[in-house]
Amino acid sequence: MTDAALSAPLSSRRATIGRLLSDPATVAGLVLCSVVVAGALLAPWLSPRDPLEQNIIDRLTGPGSEYLLGTDQFGRDVLSRLLWGARISLMVSFLSISAALVIGGAIGMISGYIGGRFDLVTMQVMDVLLSFPSLVLGMIMVALLGSSITNLIIAIALTAIAPFARIARAPVLVIKERAFIEAGRALGFSHLRILLVHVLPNIVTDLLVMGTLWMATAVRTEASLSFIGLGVKPPTSTWGGMMRDGFENILDSPWLCIWPGLAILVLVLGLNLVGDGLCDVTDPKATQ
Amino acid sequence: MSASETLLDVHDLAKHFTLTKGFPRPVTTTVRAVDGVSFAVQRGEAFGLVGESGCGKSTAARAVLGLIPPDAGRVRFAGTDVTDAKGSTLQRLRRRMQIVFQDPYSSLNPRRTIGQALTEPLGVHGLARGRAARERAIALLEEVGLPPSAYDRHPHEFSGGQRQRIGIARALSVEPELIVADEPVSALDVSVQAQVLLLLKDLQARRGLTFVLVSHDLGVIRWFCARVAVMYLGRIVEDGPVSRVFGTPRHPYTRMLRDASPIPDPGIRSQLPRIVGEIPSAADPPAGCHFHPRCPRASDICRTVYPQWRADGEGGVACHHPED
Amino acid sequence: MIVFVVRRLLTSIPTLLAVLTLVFLLVRVVPGDPAIAILGDRATPETLAALRAELGLDRWIGTQYFEFLGHALRGDLGTSMVTHRAVWTEIAEALPHTIVLTLAAMAIGCLIGIPSGVWAALHRNGTIDVLTRLLSLLGLSFPVFVSGIFLLIVFALQLHLFPVIGNPRPGDWVDGLHKLVLPAITLGIVMAAYVVRVTRSSMLQVLGEDYIRTARAKGVSRRGIIWRHGLGNALIPVVTVVGLYVGILIGNSVLTEIVFNRPGLGKVIVSALTQRDYTMLQGMMVIYCFLIVIVNLITDISYGLIDPRVKQ
Repeated sequence: MTDAALSAPLSSRRATIGRLLSDPATVAGLVLCSVVVAGALLAPWLSPRDPLEQNIIDRLTGPGSEYLLGTDQFGRDVLSRLLWGARISLMVSFLSISAALVIGGAIGMISGYIGGRFDLVTMQVMDVLLSFPSLVLGMIMVALLGSSITNLIIAIALTAIAPFARIARAPVLVIKERAFIEAGRALGFSHLRILLVHVLPNIVTDLLVMGTLWMATAVRTEASLSFIGLGVKPPTSTWGGMMRDGFENILDSPWLCIWPGLAILVLVLGLNLVGDGLCDVTDPKATQ
Repeated sequence: MSASETLLDVHDLAKHFTLTKGFPRPVTTTVRAVDGVSFAVQRGEAFGLVGESGCGKSTAARAVLGLIPPDAGRVRFAGTDVTDAKGSTLQRLRRRMQIVFQDPYSSLNPRRTIGQALTEPLGVHGLARGRAARERAIALLEEVGLPPSAYDRHPHEFSGGQRQRIGIARALSVEPELIVADEPVSALDVSVQAQVLLLLKDLQARRGLTFVLVSHDLGVIRWFCARVAVMYLGRIVEDGPVSRVFGTPRHPYTRMLRDASPIPDPGIRSQLPRIVGEIPSAADPPAGCHFHPRCPRASDICRTVYPQWRADGEGGVACHHPED
Repeated sequence: MIVFVVRRLLTSIPTLLAVLTLVFLLVRVVPGDPAIAILGDRATPETLAALRAELGLDRWIGTQYFEFLGHALRGDLGTSMVTHRAVWTEIAEALPHTIVLTLAAMAIGCLIGIPSGVWAALHRNGTIDVLTRLLSLLGLSFPVFVSGIFLLIVFALQLHLFPVIGNPRPGDWVDGLHKLVLPAITLGIVMAAYVVRVTRSSMLQVLGEDYIRTARAKGVSRRGIIWRHGLGNALIPVVTVVGLYVGILIGNSVLTEIVFNRPGLGKVIVSALTQRDYTMLQGMMVIYCFLIVIVNLITDISYGLIDPRVKQ
């Protein structure tokens, strides 16, 4: 965070939201995200059928009036599976990124605040984690932990801790040099109070913006792991898993890959658009 | 200000910063920011610490308050050792000595209202809560000349001078006995400086506060303080009553500072500054007396031996060839 | 310059050691007994003990660590538990395919990304800029397996321009190139999306600098400003970013290789994962780490070559 951002009035929150909503790209992103969230929340009511119900006679039916988006190789309704799959994508990405944000944010904040040799070592470890391709790290973690939703969340969270630590640390280095932190020490405030009351509010915006962008990455990672067959176990419907099944029938039923592919794209693009918009609004340097 | 109680006693205080740089053969440089500083401040007194920027006066001030751990020396506050204080002892000491910062723009958290800034210390030290805290905060605002309406506003809504007043109010909230003011007016517009200084002087009289005023501005020190110590490259070179030190400086450096500082009355101004020169780096101070490269009176001994402290009645000087 | 390179080489040693340690810890600290993970819950205690002995898991963890380090640094990655071939041989067969794919994707990414980024920066806030920005976001939003499958559907299944199966015939260069196009584009899209964004912001920053204004005031032509003064300086951060994102490319190459059924590290790692080939996985991680450390090294050195400030 820059000095300008630090001294920027907080009371302009309403103005920030206004600016956010005046950017058509951000609004489009919000709409895309809302569609997916609504679909996930309303899945029990919106789904025409049970996502696990198999109608072998109707297997690999193309999109039409009976099955709006067609059926898969077991005759399951693709639309219903998409709606229920949205729940998995949102839940896994949200929980894993929340965990990464809290853990990584705390590591970065404390490391930057303490400084010195501790900071040096911590950041070295984070750099090592950061340099590892996150997809490969996620694959290996899931493979070692065994695939379940919890383990998937742990694995994805682990891949995202290092970037959050970096993001949290940088502004702390600036903030801790400011006189109001020293004033707090002179007034006998505990380190915990200084961190929570005086440092955290100044970095939380950065963390949340970053969280939106990383949630997009988490959705991609979850889908990729499911596509490889390392995600949530079948028959639970996940978008990546649907693409994996569909890929086997790609020659005659390409829609099985197209619909979940588009669903992933809609959610990830939506999150990226919102995150990008937030970035621009909160960082005065990036605007214009 | 006669023979009263010594509130603050600083003895041989030292703070060094080390910097290791370079590869494969790292070079460690030690900056002796504060290198053996001693002074004492009486209760109710205003004591000045003056010197050019980089002489270590701000570092000394922070070490006095226990905000940075000194490498050597002792700081005693009303008989209690500050340097070793921990936990509740430190907490109690913190209440009794406060700091006012140079930069009013960074000394207040931009995200907290003035009310929050003023009531937070009250809560931490268990002095007042809720309604009582609010009332005390508003009283503090009035004491520093700000309207009660300031309570709910954010720092960015105030000017530099007003923020400095808020910073002073925050320092007063815990009812300290000593206030260390680190260049309290040098970031302010000249027109505002006098107001803030007047406020500090007024507070000193009304609350019986003891002040350590750190400044590079001789005018400010001359007006505000009774006694002064002059620092050069981490050491005190001369101290004594303000009128004596600035009236008849004994150390050539004090004279140089005095002569470089404009005095409103042209009749008093003796001559134009004779020496200009650059202040050497504290990482690599000259051998012997640190001041010798800039000194008109330097002799051979000045280039090799650091001068002993020579005490006189109310102060002293560290110079081989002091003026009389 | 030589001093700089040597110094950089030396500093990458601790990183490498740290990464190796991380790999070692990751495999061992993760809860669960690898022997059970490999053999399943119903394995007898005797077979489990035998496997633990084979893996060296029955010994003190410190011994295991130093043995692992020693072997890894000598390039000995052990034998695969499934194929019983040397891990290094398996990897060495697959590695060139992955490197070719990654390099091609990098080239595509830079060829598309840098010019578009410069173009967007020069037409800041214009239609081109907005369009580039949206396209790059779109590119970032595609998981590579989705974009790969979509490309496959359009270009291979509908238009029949490219083959579906990507196993290149050995020695046939034309065939190899032909089969490289779609995978490389799939992977290149990701790279291009990142490069566009960095180039644009870096170029914008450089164009705002005083020396550009000075050049303009001196009467340097627009073309001269862009090419001589602007681009040279703007590319410095781009190089770092390209290096940083090679890690992402390597990760994504796994998915690309699966979609296009190409030989490469991706196929090796996925089969190791599904078959719980423990030694193979460990070896793969070591190799990935080496690759990343080497790429970081090359990035830093090329950074030193471009940026005169680093040379000292």
